[in-house]
Order: sequence, then structure tokens, then C-alpha cells
Amino acid sequence: MEQKTKIKAENGKQELVITRDFDLPLELLFKAYVEPGIVEQWMGTKVLKLENKKHGSYQFETTDPKGNKYGFNGVIHEFSPNQKITRTFEMENTPFDIQLEFLEFEKLTDESSKLNMHIVYRSVALRDQMLQLPFAQGINMAHNRLQDIVSKLK
Amino acid sequence: MNLRRDVFQAIADPTRRAILLLVASQSMTAGAIAANFDTARPTVSKHLQILTECELLKQEQNGREIYYHINAKKMKEVADFIESFRKMWDDRFNKLETIMKKYKSK
Repeated sequence: MEQKTKIKAENGKQELVITRDFDLPLELLFKAYVEPGIVEQWMGTKVLKLENKKHGSYQFETTDPKGNKYGFNGVIHEFSPNQKITRTFEMENTPFDIQLEFLEFEKLTDESSKLNMHIVYRSVALRDQMLQLPFAQGINMAHNRLQDIVSKLK
Repeated sequence: MNLRRDVFQAIADPTRRAILLLVASQSMTAGAIAANFDTARPTVSKHLQILTECELLKQEQNGREIYYHINAKKMKEVADFIESFRKMWDDRFNKLETIMKKYKSK
């Protein structure tokens, strides 16, 4: 089966491209990016601020199962409804430099649409580190689960 | 921290990527690998050392010669990093799609 979400990350480049086709009309796909209540649901994060306009900014806060809070924020540079969002993304309290994101929304048919997300990092090394993050988190999660099980055995 | 052991650091270099592609087709000696590059022999040796240190290449003694071959397991690990990143976005987007489908029918 063909994968719906594709990642293009060429070796030695400081950028990557995520593409995804949705069985959703373009307007609904775009709405999922601008309505705070909906963003909260699919991103699994709390939306503290989301100003959908040029020079607007956003602020998200995610809480892990242990109650630790993680902040994310950025500035919106370009906002064209149903077409394009250009924004920066910053993970607060981490050594990672901000990244630049170009989100392009495209109508395929009346009932389907496409998202093209182009992310530019400060360096090749940083991009590769970011690619490794979910992998590292996966290991942590497995480790926490193991700890839970072990502590129940006591 | 030994940066050289970082797999991504290793594959960030174009010469090292070319070496990996070359050796992927067949095991080769350092001399045979170096013959494919204009770069000085010691430079190629240095690249081979880095690739070996981060386990993308393995050495095998065959008589008097040392052959380099690809460590498929480690190469797959590199692919897995990207796969888990892809999976994370795929999960998010699936959720988005489900939520918006319900939204539509409301």
C-alpha cells in the first residue's frame, strides 16, 4: 500500500519535505490549522495563543503523562487562507535553533486535498538530530513503560 | 563525545556516501575503493576509518587483504530514524483527518 504521509530528507541537506494527501476538502484541511480547538485535538497540545495573520504569533504547551510541560512557539510570516502559511517554530528550553516552515495547501478534488510542509533547519546536523527525536522519544516511552511494569512487581 | 561515531555525521559527507554506494554493490579492498576517487589515498583511508568506527562498514580479513563490506543492519537503523519521524507525522495527520471528517458530518 502506498504511504499517505511521505518524508523527503535527502542526505547532507538541511531541509526536509513532508507531504500528505487528505480525504478532506481543502477548506476543512486548512481549518484544522487555524481553529485553536481543532489544533489542540490533533496535535495533542494546548493552544495558548494562535494569531492567524502576518506578524502574528502562536504558543503551544504540551504536558506529558508525568506532568512535565513543554513549550513551543513561533511567528507567522505569511498567512493566505486555503493556500499558505509560513512560520517559524521553536522548542522552548532546548538547545535547538528555530526552524522555518512553509506549509502549502492544495486542492486535489472537491473532496481531497494535499499538504506540502517544507522545513528548513539551521544546519544539516540539526536536521538529522530532529529526525532522531521521535526515535529517542520512542525509546524513552518504552523505558517508562518498563519502569511502570517493574514498579508494579515490587 | 566522539562526533565521529555519529552515523548522521558520517553520511553527511559526499565522499563517504559515494564510498557506501560503491561498497554496497560488492566488498572491496581499501586500494580498490581509493582507485575510484581522485582524492589522496590517506584521505580515503580516513573516510573508511570513520565509516568503520560508526559501524556502517565492516572489515573482513581475506588472506592478506582486508575487504570492506556494508553493514546492512546499521544502514537500516538510519532508515528507521526517518521511519519513526514519518510515523509520528502520519499518526498526527490521521488524527486530523478523523477529526475533520466528523466535523464535516456535523
